[in-house]
Amino acid sequence: MSKVDLAQFHKAFYEESLDGLDAMEQALLALDEGAEDPELINVVFRAAHSIKGGAATFGFTDVAAFTHVAENLMDEVRSGRRPMEKAVVELLLRSGDTVRDMLSLSMTGQPAATAESQALLAELSAMVSGVAVAPVAAAKAAAPAEAIEGWDIAFRPFDYLLKSGNDPARMFRELEALGPLAVTCDASKLPALADMDAESSYLGWTLSLDAGAKRAAVEGVFDWVDGDCDLTVTPRIAAPAPVAAAVAAAPVAAAAPRTVRDPAANSESSSVRVGIEKIDTLINLVGELVITQSMLSQFNDGVDASQLEMLRHGLAQLGRHTRELQESVMSIRMLPISTVFNRFPRLVRDLAQKLDKKVVLDMRGETTELDKTVLEKIGDPLVHLVRNAIDHGLEMPDKRLAAGKGDTGTLRLEAFHRGGSIVVEVADNGAGLNREAIVAKAIQRGIIATGEGMSDEAVSDLIFEAGFSTAAATTDLSGRGVGMDVVRRNVMDLGGTVAIRSVQGSGTTFTITLPLTLAIIDGLTAAVGEEIYIVPLVSIIESVQVKPDTVRSVAGGGELFRFRDNWMPIVRLFDVFGCAGQRRAVDEGIVIVVEGEGTRIGLFVDELIGQQQAVVKSLEANYRRVTGISGATILADGSVALIADVTGLVRMQARRKAA
Amino acid sequence: MAKILAVDDSASMRSMVAFTLRGAGHDVEEADNGQAALDSAAVHKFDLILADVNMPVMDGITMVREIRTRADYRGIPILMLTTESNPEKKMEGKAAGATGWLVKPFDPDQLLATVNRVLG
Repeated sequence: MSKVDLAQFHKAFYEESLDGLDAMEQALLALDEGAEDPELINVVFRAAHSIKGGAATFGFTDVAAFTHVAENLMDEVRSGRRPMEKAVVELLLRSGDTVRDMLSLSMTGQPAATAESQALLAELSAMVSGVAVAPVAAAKAAAPAEAIEGWDIAFRPFDYLLKSGNDPARMFRELEALGPLAVTCDASKLPALADMDAESSYLGWTLSLDAGAKRAAVEGVFDWVDGDCDLTVTPRIAAPAPVAAAVAAAPVAAAAPRTVRDPAANSESSSVRVGIEKIDTLINLVGELVITQSMLSQFNDGVDASQLEMLRHGLAQLGRHTRELQESVMSIRMLPISTVFNRFPRLVRDLAQKLDKKVVLDMRGETTELDKTVLEKIGDPLVHLVRNAIDHGLEMPDKRLAAGKGDTGTLRLEAFHRGGSIVVEVADNGAGLNREAIVAKAIQRGIIATGEGMSDEAVSDLIFEAGFSTAAATTDLSGRGVGMDVVRRNVMDLGGTVAIRSVQGSGTTFTITLPLTLAIIDGLTAAVGEEIYIVPLVSIIESVQVKPDTVRSVAGGGELFRFRDNWMPIVRLFDVFGCAGQRRAVDEGIVIVVEGEGTRIGLFVDELIGQQQAVVKSLEANYRRVTGISGATILADGSVALIADVTGLVRMQARRKAA
Repeated sequence: MAKILAVDDSASMRSMVAFTLRGAGHDVEEADNGQAALDSAAVHKFDLILADVNMPVMDGITMVREIRTRADYRGIPILMLTTESNPEKKMEGKAAGATGWLVKPFDPDQLLATVNRVLG
């Protein structure tokens, strides 16, 4: 029984296998598109090979058996015995999916082999020439026991044996472990000292082992030097004695109870792999911080005027290091968006094939980094947009040709930085949104009364309304009961926005703007009475002082003000949050123009204090969810400030208007 | 105690090998491909190298061939860790200068037994 618990390596195995499967899928897709790089074939082979090796080592026999056959198939391709045909790519792509499922079953302690995996295994096996479905090595029939007294061995290594790192003395010690050993050395081939090469082997040996060891055990000592020496192994047989033909039954290992591990422990506790250079930077910065701290600690007993300059210098240094440390810590949570983009080549290929459309996927900016939490939640909305673009956006090849376009549509997925945000665009060069169809649908659904006078932008935005769907027939691709409203809500939950730009006949572009991180926001601090509120900078258009003559009261007690030829509602924060504002007249305070869900409103506050970064503390986790507030933060003086949820405030205003 | 280099592109296999050998009192360095192994061998002086065959950047067999050209590694034992039970791979490894092999899957006990066999 080994003292080493192999379960401690399972998680690492699982994660590296998923990486391997991703690499395999990418290589297969590249091969599918006609790439002829032999390294791609190696990547696929290596993935199957590594997973098989690891699975066998760590006891996932079902996974090992499955990947064994996939590896054999890849080996045929690698060695040129089989062309990399479409059918092979297809089968291997499905195998990758199956192995992924099998691994996740294994990790939760469930049996990995399912009816589905068995069926695919049979398909794989059928493709691989001459491989049995169940690669179970038949137990070799036990050879009848021979009454062996000992072994005579003649061993003469070839002259180069020592260069392979093998050492006859070591082998003799191994033999000695089997029983009493007599060694006779034959030095007849030893040359004169002057001619001798110290690294060559000139000796030969005859060995006599006085033990009835098994042939396999004796020959096993020499297995590594097979072919590098002259070797004869002869048994000394004792006088034959009647041997009972009883064959001992192989001991049956007691079935170990299968331990079902807590699935949450495996899948929920996610980890981030961090490059060593990021860790080194962190350690360096902490070192700097310690130095600064010790420098500042000398002022514990007070500062005299001559030391002021030094104190100022120390504080500046502390500020710089804190900022760098913050950036450095944040960067640990940042991962390239390629981890999300990677799934799209496969998705696009499968969808295009299913719909008989021709699509080229153009991915850009894959190295753009995003916070891990944001990344994990942006996947589903992106998948939805991509499905929509292929299903509804891009036309059938004949339609495209009729419209004077190439028969192959382009789907562009692009990520880039803009200001303090990350922008992800999903753009197709398809038919664009059909204004008439959208208006008709929206009227039918009772979302609007008429489309007359609506800007194209406003019409486009209708598709984000709940319960909206323009597909004439709901396909199984995008019609999953999830509409664009869910996409918008998911993005907003991440503190982001979705915008749509469509040109009839030439395509549609969805632009998702996301914050770099959810943990820290850049905000404008504003005073409302005794309270301080923080308004996220990303939502702010600008701040203006409003003159009373640009304000109109409307029925129901609301106020509108004129901002760049548009009228927008004024929302008084002291009203919304029920705190005592000091200034009530519009020209006494200041209006912060913010935008949420494409709608602008003016937030009226007493005064602006300044701009600062705020570490977001969850209000839900510490208190409860409050409409209009997205979280709280601690200010420099230790007091708590609430962070305004612009989207929530816009919705509140819309409801109030409707009421 | 011996100084051992464990070379494998699979992090889980590498940690299993390293953990087992460290538990037996050995000093273990790790490398994730043949080139990294060559770099490490230039800095450290190993008593034993355990190397996977299939690796990106530089495979195990090329690594063995390269390392055998270095004077201080001519007689050092090198074991190939391989799932390739087919004889050609073993022969290829041997021709490159490997001392022996350990066929995957192996458990920690088998690993230690084989390591003791060459360090014996």
